[in-house]
Amino acid sequence: MSVLVYTESENGKFKKNAHETSSYAYEVAKQLGVSVSAISFNADNNDELGTYGVSKVLNVSDETLKTYNAKAFARAIAQAAEKEGASVIILSSSTNSKYLAPLLSGMLKAGYAPNVVAAPESTSTFTVKRTAFSNKGFAHTQITTATKIIGVSNNAFGVIENKVEVVIEDFSPSVTDTDFSAKSTNIDKVSGKVTIADADIVVSGGRGLKGPENWGMIEELADVLGAATACSKPVSDLGWRPHSEHVGQTGKPVASNLYIAIGISGAIQHLAGISASKVKVVINTDPEAPFFKAADYGIVGDAFEVVPELIEKLKEFKAQNA
Amino acid sequence: MKILVCISNVPDTTSKINFTDGDTKFDANGVQFVINPNDEFGLTRAMWFKEKQGATVHVATVGEASTEPTIRKALAIGADEAIRINAIPTDGFFVAQHLAEVVKNGSYDIVIAGRESIDYNGGMVPGIMAAMLDFNFVNSCISLEVDGNNATAIREIDGGKETLSTSLPLIIGGQKGLVQESDLKIPNMRGIMMARQKKLNVIEPIDASPATLDTKFEKPAPKGAVKLIDSSNIDELIDLLHNEAKAI
Ligand SMILES: Cc1cc2nc3c(=O)[nH]c(=O)nc-3n(C[C@H](O)[C@H](O)[C@H](O)COP(=O)(O)OP(=O)(O)OC[C@H]3O[C@@H](n4cnc5c(N)ncnc54)[C@H](O)[C@@H]3O)c2cc1C
Ligand SMILES: Nc1ncnc2c1ncn2[C@@H]1O[C@H](COP(=O)(O)O)[C@@H](O)[C@H]1O
Repeated sequence: MSVLVYTESENGKFKKNAHETSSYAYEVAKQLGVSVSAISFNADNNDELGTYGVSKVLNVSDETLKTYNAKAFARAIAQAAEKEGASVIILSSSTNSKYLAPLLSGMLKAGYAPNVVAAPESTSTFTVKRTAFSNKGFAHTQITTATKIIGVSNNAFGVIENKVEVVIEDFSPSVTDTDFSAKSTNIDKVSGKVTIADADIVVSGGRGLKGPENWGMIEELADVLGAATACSKPVSDLGWRPHSEHVGQTGKPVASNLYIAIGISGAIQHLAGISASKVKVVINTDPEAPFFKAADYGIVGDAFEVVPELIEKLKEFKAQNA
Repeated sequence: MKILVCISNVPDTTSKINFTDGDTKFDANGVQFVINPNDEFGLTRAMWFKEKQGATVHVATVGEASTEPTIRKALAIGADEAIRINAIPTDGFFVAQHLAEVVKNGSYDIVIAGRESIDYNGGMVPGIMAAMLDFNFVNSCISLEVDGNNATAIREIDGGKETLSTSLPLIIGGQKGLVQESDLKIPNMRGIMMARQKKLNVIEPIDASPATLDTKFEKPAPKGAVKLIDSSNIDELIDLLHNEAKAI
């Protein structure tokens, strides 16, 4: 028996969410009195996972699985789960995990609870707390099948060190051509930029910024903070920013530690998508903007004056705290 | 080309969310229900396939009679026929089994569902169906082109997009981007009139069981008041973010 975690990597390096999902897996394993096995694909530094409580890594080094493929990865994870006798499988909330999770659920006839924000409340009834209704509520969800799949929400559980001995094993799943029947032909991704999904801090701009030509200061602020940039829906609809930056109920969800909203009114659909973020800051000229009701810190002021000053002061702060 | 669009019936995005029966049920009282926004994009894309490539478009929902206005709306937008599976959609696994059965019996080539429903946010129905039916599957799909038996789809990835080459039969989990926001179809008078003549088949549920059970709901704890910082005192904001919030 074990708990299996799918540890995501990119170009051989584990993503931050791999540390968080491993930490989560360790907590579940502890509750069940078992140990954690991980499955990694073409990762270079599998030892690293021992720091977060993984006792065994099934390392897949396979050229055909260099590029992520949802079905082939799901197939491999299903086989790893079987091999390890895993009753619980832990995934992240990345786009890739959310792509393969339902495939895995269908393949294994295993119940899947997404967007889980805390360790299981009970392992006898197997109940987890997760966000629902676009962050306007929480559901306590019992998974009733023998095998259970949990999608851990970003930044909800945190990265927790639990150093254990780690054994690394080669694992060769049997995937066939039909598993690759949806083939990646092109990936269009700005490299070296923090993504909304991975970011600790997100700097987001709304229609209050008047036009795309004013995004220089948003990018600069994001740069200083090592943050990802995001925007409200109208901003992407108007083509000021790419669609991939649209956050909210109908866009990308944000669960960062810090979310800075600049010139965003705080419409219910916007707030629904970003409310899982821990600390929220709003900068808006209108003291009546609904965002002030949802934020932790607010400045009533003109973004064109406040943001450049904030950038300067943050640079000083960073220089002093470096 | 036969397309099935899966429609989930969800509270309007502006709805206030409440729970009832000792917080064990969603309180539908006074809530306006709509076509799930992700499905609206998919339905409009299906209409494009109908107009440009002669596709037949059916819509299906798993829900009680109270969901009929939502599927009537899908008919008014232009779907040819509707199917309602007469059951309470208890969870994604249960819904997927029913829809998979409809897909099998109706020999559909393409199933367009949404990336997720904005109510329970499962994000699982299309993927589970794909695994059950062994169809190709593209999630978070923002573009779909079909040429004969081949399909090209683009999906959103963290920080960008990926193009996939695949073939029919195919299921997508669609979202905003599948069609332009400004092209989203809304029912007009003629569509509404025509929808009355269209077939709405009600079928009874098969023997299927859910894999999860929502035992209780809760609302987020009420938020404390915002701390306002004077715009002439940016240092204070930085200090609070560093020392109090520990966010920078
Ligand atoms: C079905 C549906 C789904 C939706 N989904 C989403 C979603 O996922 N995400 C989303 O964001 N929206 C969504 N919306 C849209 C949402 O309702 C709002 O229209 C949108 O969020 C408003 O964007 P905004 O705040 O940028 O613009 P506005 O509402 O125009 O607000 C601009 C703000 O900027 C402030 N401002 C102006 N000048 C300045 C200045 N110089 N400095 C500082 N502040 C200034 C103004 O006071 C105002 O508060 C959805 C709507 C619908 C109907
Ligand atoms: N009750 C339902 N009836 C028909 N389709 C549904 C139903 N629930 C979910 N779907 C489809 O599955 C998609 C994803 O839903 P979910 O897995 O519930 O987040 C939705 O966008 C719909 O296309």
